[in-house]
Order: sequence, then structure tokens, then C-alpha cells
Amino acid sequence: MGFTSEIHDYQLLSKIATNDKHGENSPYFDGWKAYDRDPFHPTKNPDGVIQMGLAENQLSFDLIEDWIMENPKASICTPEGVNQFKHIANFQDYHGLPEFTKGVANFMSKVRGGRVKFDPDRILMSGGATGANELIMFCLADPGDAFLVPSPYYPAFVRDLCWRTGIQIIPVHCDSSNNFKITREALEEAYQKAQEDNINVKGLIITNPSNPLGTTLDRETLKSAVSFINEKNIHLVCDEIYAATVFNSPGYVSVSEILQDIESINLDLIHVIYSLSKDMGLPGFRVGIVYSYNEEVVHCGRKMSSFGLVSSQTQHLLGAMLNDDEFVDGFLKESSRRLGKRHSVFTKGLEKEGISCLPSNAGLFVWMNLRKLLKEQTFEGEMMLWRDIINEVKLNVSPGSSFDCKEPGWFRVCFANMDDETVEVALRRIRAFVGKETTPSSSPKKPVKLKRWNSNLRLSLSSSRRFDETVLSPHNMMSPHSPLVQAT
Amino acid sequence: MKLLSTKATCNSHGQDSSYFLGWQEYEKNPYDQVMNPEGIIQMGLAENQLSFDLLESWLDKNPDVGGFKSAGKSIFRELALFQDYHGLPAFKNALVDFMAEIRGNTVTFDPDHIVLTAGSTSANETLIFCLAEQGDAFLIPTPYYPAFDRDLKWRTGVEIVPIPCNSSNNFQITESALQQACEEAKKRNLRVKGVLVTNPSNPLGTTLSRDELNLLIDFINEKNIHLISDEIYSGTVFSSPYFISVMEILKQRNYHKDSHPDVWDRVHVVYSLSKDLGLPGFRVGAIYSENDTVTAAATKMSSFGLISSQTQYLLSALLGDKKFTKKYISKNKKRLKRRQSLLVSGLQKAGINCLQSNAGLFCWVDMRHLLQTDTFEAEMELWKKIVYEVRLNISPGSSFHCSEPGWFRVCFANLSQDTLNLAIKRLRSFVAESFPAAAHHHQSRESSKTRSLSKWVFGLSSRVREQEER
Repeated sequence: MGFTSEIHDYQLLSKIATNDKHGENSPYFDGWKAYDRDPFHPTKNPDGVIQMGLAENQLSFDLIEDWIMENPKASICTPEGVNQFKHIANFQDYHGLPEFTKGVANFMSKVRGGRVKFDPDRILMSGGATGANELIMFCLADPGDAFLVPSPYYPAFVRDLCWRTGIQIIPVHCDSSNNFKITREALEEAYQKAQEDNINVKGLIITNPSNPLGTTLDRETLKSAVSFINEKNIHLVCDEIYAATVFNSPGYVSVSEILQDIESINLDLIHVIYSLSKDMGLPGFRVGIVYSYNEEVVHCGRKMSSFGLVSSQTQHLLGAMLNDDEFVDGFLKESSRRLGKRHSVFTKGLEKEGISCLPSNAGLFVWMNLRKLLKEQTFEGEMMLWRDIINEVKLNVSPGSSFDCKEPGWFRVCFANMDDETVEVALRRIRAFVGKETTPSSSPKKPVKLKRWNSNLRLSLSSSRRFDETVLSPHNMMSPHSPLVQAT
Repeated sequence: MKLLSTKATCNSHGQDSSYFLGWQEYEKNPYDQVMNPEGIIQMGLAENQLSFDLLESWLDKNPDVGGFKSAGKSIFRELALFQDYHGLPAFKNALVDFMAEIRGNTVTFDPDHIVLTAGSTSANETLIFCLAEQGDAFLIPTPYYPAFDRDLKWRTGVEIVPIPCNSSNNFQITESALQQACEEAKKRNLRVKGVLVTNPSNPLGTTLSRDELNLLIDFINEKNIHLISDEIYSGTVFSSPYFISVMEILKQRNYHKDSHPDVWDRVHVVYSLSKDLGLPGFRVGAIYSENDTVTAAATKMSSFGLISSQTQYLLSALLGDKKFTKKYISKNKKRLKRRQSLLVSGLQKAGINCLQSNAGLFCWVDMRHLLQTDTFEAEMELWKKIVYEVRLNISPGSSFHCSEPGWFRVCFANLSQDTLNLAIKRLRSFVAESFPAAAHHHQSRESSKTRSLSKWVFGLSSRVREQEER
């Protein structure tokens, strides 16, 4: 051959492909392994590990399923709906199906009690909230820029906001002294420090309702955040994917509602992230939404949405569903009621054992306070307690350190991804554990040697699960008998 | 301080190119047989609309799928929750079988090496994110799909360097063209990380020859770089020479994974159901690679664009029906072949020739003889006439980075036969009125590999060609 052979000593792959900024090597992930090895099943494996690390809303499927049965036209596969098949299968316009964007705008408005209206033309699609968060970062920041993120925060923000975008997270630490509220002082401090370190802060991202706290931002905090970013001329991204999981007072105040309350806000700085994964319990359908008040962002973001459009089949189905006002009103009310009930059962059960949680009014989880069970008030102590909870109590819960919490002893515990019976089992086990831990007569436990989890362990495909969110319910659909494993 | 990111405010998404502008004109005045018979006919859209009836009749016979049921049992809940980035096993199994079937089962694919993505748009971008970064480049033969500028470069920061092909040898990839690309990369201070080819080619509608594939494998081996083979049109090959996948060449050379792990680490295939099955709305793309690090990284990245679980489920049932896929592949090809013939012969009667093609949803049409001058300005002038006067949205070669002016991509599978005939009629009238001499001159020409016209055109190539500005 006539080519000069060149010896390259550069990497065959990109840095992004080979670094671990995807965040999946964190010890947080190890909780899954225990669950994967020994998953709870009420009859087949009643002593197995109960999955409480999964922020899924499994309480209201029946409502959606009923609607789908009653509305066969919304599916392009049914005899009633197949006449739309060709049009829908062919539709890849990144503006989205008009009935879909209209439906989403309608739903978002109803979630906020009709107090705000959303413009369907500002709705951009993306591959779930995961895709939405990455997309907005690509639009707002350059590699090396930073976003302020109040901690504790969703662990996968590291992947979603930073991995391929090259931006960095600057945590704004909140603590229990004031119930983890975001203070103006904390924001200013984080911002100033970044300035001193010569880091270019492009914005602030807040999750409201909060994951992992399960709390909604009060009006004053929200207004303070908006005036902060307005003053610094930086962006505000509001991740509102848990908006419809609010089940108690204080009611929900979204950023869109307070925009009219504040003098001279630069609307070009305000962006909302939404999804149907939590509010409707449909993570499999990959519906992520970016809603921006900035025309240029809408324009550019729309082009970027090509990388993660929502399947037209799904747009068509949800377009019909979300424009059905009667269904939406009924769903939001009932879903909220069920979440509230489940939250109450769970927190009251914990209270009986002397375990308190951060008072919360939203979300699919509680922020549990186990500080008094720590052998030492350190993160090592937290890890030790966590391993005990997984190995002895057989509950997979998420340690606060994985959310970058600055105080050890807090755990996020999900309650909406299981049935009532399993909740009872979990509470019984907690009861037994706490009883053992706090009984004075029990012999002092030998200090548990901190196991070194092999962070280089590459999960085999058979046991690996998607970071933070996984398909497995206690009723394992991946059993060989699952109709989804074999096509025919 | 700049409010938005550099990516948001630059235009490397390439969507200001003429390729997209033509669409905009169409949007303003779209043809409709009844409502707007004088409107612009869309021939710039590489869609396969010929075989929906086959899909619809399958759905009629398989009602369970629509009701989120499998064997009568409801699986709604499971699908609603399913977001495992490893993908639905049933779907992956069915997909790799389908991919093998398209290749006449000469090669097989391992479902554990498939990564599912939201369309090939996402597959291509994800693969580039895994293989390259700022300061790197991928070599791509011209003419190429315009949206590669967005898909491969925009958010990744990676550059594209063209491998210039031309009509002297039917746009085949040559050694000297590859060499030329390497030199340009060097001049631009870019590190070449790989080559990306589309096979079958968009916009040419041709499959890569065995020689070209062997040339490419030798090239990437010498340079120790990657080869991405975008095979999204592999199911549209309707006549000989038949489709040869790059995988087949590796197999033929006895490059087993154990004996030659190195080359298997650097060859990757991109697939999609948007063209072969005509389902662009469903956003079904896939990356196939035997490089475990690549599939591991790409799988994590696919989080940013997973395929909707309900769509995976529908397709697992559809593609799992082997009787159906066999029938579909065969009928679809026949229909594409018929359509292509219709267009080719229709154009011939207007004195217009096409590059001889055996695949794709379009023809690569030679209108060089209709240009006022052998320049891209003249191509634009001709294009505008065709859009506004003839009222056909076709795509000018310059938007595909073609190095020779006068070529146009014309799609034939996204419109009805009647509409296609009307389009041909309009073009024939246009040529007869505007270029009576040219129409007559070409009437008796046969489509053949060597054409004296192309020799004449290349006699002109000693003149300085306009550099296409991008």
C-alpha cells in the first residue's frame, strides 16, 4: 500500500469515553449489586433486599392503563388508531406533534393549578430529563464554565450536566440547621469563591420539588434565587420534574408563577426542565422537556433536540391523554392523594421507631435522619451504617454522601416504587434493626471493617443496571418467563 | 459576558445551508393534489413511504401489541417503567436478526454489542463523542449527507475533512483521494481519528465496491484509526451489485476477534430503522461495535437518548416475526427498484442522466449540461429556477459538499407515483423550454460509465473551481 504508516501514541478513544465522569463508579452504585444478587419477592424471596433506592412512581398505573384501554384511538397499533400509523411513523419534525406540545403545555399548566400558562411553541423535546438537563447546559455554558447546584443534589447531575458538556458543578451547601433551605448567603458565598478561583459561573440549577429532600421551595427562597441570578446576570434552570408529586401543604410554587412578582427580571435567564417520568410514572417513554423564556435558546435548543426526540408513537399517545382535561384533573388529584397516603403511612411507621425524616410535602422519597444511629459522626460512620442497612436490614437505601450532602447520617428512602405489603415488611425490618441498635443490653458490635469496594469493577451486562434508575420492580420482569425477553 | 454558549450562537449545526432552505420554501407552498396542485413537490426528503401498507396489515393481524399486551397479558406497567439503557432484550435480539437478514445472513451480530439510540442522528454523534474530541477529525468521502455537519461536529467539537470524490470514476473512493484528505488534515493541524462512510451512499445511491471496502480497511489499519460504516440504507439495495457490509470484508479476511482484536476495536457500524422500514418518527438508531470500551461508554451515553419502551416493544414484535420481515424486505426492494426506474427513465426522456445506482431512496442526477457556467453560482441559479419555476424541491450538490457543480439529489420514495410522474413532466417541460438544444443532445445518450460529456467537463477542470464556503 502506498500509505505512510504513522505510529500514534495518542489514545484510541476520546477522554470522555475513558474517564469516569459519567459517575457510575461511585460507591452509591454498589447498593444495586446487593439488590441484584438478592432481590426481594413477597413469596419467592421474602428475605431478599427491598429496593428503596429507586425514585419511581408506581402508585397510579391503573389510572393510565384504564385510560389507554378506553381510548384505543390514541394508539397507532389498534384497529381504531391504525389509520394514523403512516402519518405518525413518518413524523420526525423537531417541533413535535402539535397535539403533543399542546398537551404538555396543558398538563404543565394544570400541575400548577392553572396559575400559569405555557406556550406550546416554547416546548422542546429531549431524551428524558437526562437529555433535557444536558441539552440546556450545551446551550448555556461552554467547557470550563460552572453551574451552582444546591446540595444535597441528584447524583446523576454529575453525568447529565458535566460529562460531555465539560462544565463543572459548584455545590451550594445546605444543612439541617435550617432544614436544608437555600440561603442567599450560601449562594453569594459560592459565587464569590468561584470568582476568586477564576471560574466563570454561568448559572444556578435548582430542583423544585427537591430530590432528595422531598420539599418544595417556599416563595421567599424562590424569589431570592431569581433576584440573585438576575443581579449577577446568570441563568436559572429550574428542574421541576417532581412538580405533580406535591401531596401536602405548603402548596407548590413554580418559578413561572413568580416571574410576574419581581421587578425587571431578564426573562432570557429563565429555563424550566420537565419530564413525565416522575409525575406520571412513565420513565420508559423518555419524555423530557426544555421550556425556555429565551427565544435564542428555544431556537438553538430545538435543533439540538434532534439528538433525543420523543418517539412519535409516544407523542401521539400522550398528546391524546394530556389533552383529555377530565382525565388529567382526575389523575393529578388521585395520584397526589395516593402519594400523600403512602408518605403518611411510611413516616408514621418510622416515627414509632423514633426515626425522623425531614418534614416533606412532595417527591417519591423521604430524607431520613439516622444521625443518632451513626457510630461516629463522619462519612465513614455513614458508610458503615449504610452497609449494615443493606446487609442486615436488607434495604437498599441511598446514603446522603452520594448526594454530596455535607452532614453525615442522612439517607434518601423511596416509598412509591412498591406495594403496601412491601412497605409493611420494610417498616418491620427497620423496627427490628432500630430495636437492636438502641437496646442498651445488646453487646457492642465489633467495628465493621470498611469494605473496599472495587471501583474498577465493570458490571457484567447481566447484572448491571442503569445508574440511579432501573427497570427492576420487586416483580422481576427480566425473568426468563417475562414476555419481554423473548420476541417470539 | 456572553449569555449563551458558543455552541448556541455559532452555526456549525449547518442548518442554514441550502439543503434546509429548500425545505422552507416547500413549507410555504407545499404541493397537494387537490388543494394546491401548483405547489412545490417535495423531492428533497429521503423518506421511504412505499411500504406502510405492509406494516399496517401486520398490525391488523397483531392486535395485542396495540393494547400493551403480550400473549393476552398486560405489560403496560413493565413497559412504562422500563428505562434500562441496555435496551429491551427482545428488541435487540430481533434487531440483530433483522440486520443479519438484510445482509443475507453472511454476517451475524451479537445483541450484547448493540447500543440503542434515539435515531442514527444520536448514534453518529454518540460514536464521535466516544472516538474523538476537539482537535481531531474524521475523514468523509464527498458528497455526503449535509446533516453530518451537525451530527458529527456541532457539540463534539470534532472536525470533518473531505475525501474528495468525483464523477470521473463514478465518485468512488480512491487511494489518492484518501491521501489528499490526510494532507488537508495535516495542513489544518487536525489529528485524524477515523473515516466515516455511508454505505449505501447518501446521496449517491450506490453501494461501496469490494475494492473500495478493502482499500478502506487497509487504510485504517495502516493509520491505526477507526472506520465508522453508516449502513442505514442497507435494506434499500434493490439491484446488483448487492450489499457488502464492512463486517463481511473483515470476515473474508479471516480477521477473527481473537487473531485480530485490534481491527475489531476500530470498526463500528451505525444502523437505523428510519430508511429501511420508513419509521423515522420512532427514533430508532443503533451502534454496533466489538470494542467493549466503546459499547460501555456509548451505552452510558445512550441515557441522553433512549428509545421509548413502547416503541421497542412494538418493534420487537414486528421484527421478531420472521415471516413478515422476509416478505417486507423483498417487497420493499421491488417497489424501490420500480420507483427508481420510473425516475431514471423519466429523466432520460428529458435528456437528463443519473449516476447508475442500486440502492437508496434517491438518484444522483447529472444536470451539469444545464448550467450556464461550470460554477456553484450557476448551480444555485439552476436550483432556484427548479424550486421556484419548476416547483420541485430537489437538493443541490453543493449542500452535500460535492466538489463538482451540477449534481442534484432527487428523492423518489417519499411521494406517490402520480406525483412523481407530474414532477417528471414539469422537469421535461422546463428542459424543453429553457434548454432545447441540451434536451435534444441528450435524448439519444445511453447511461454508461464513461461519458464524453464528463470528459469535456473535466477538460474544464483546469479552471479554478469555486471553493464551497461552509
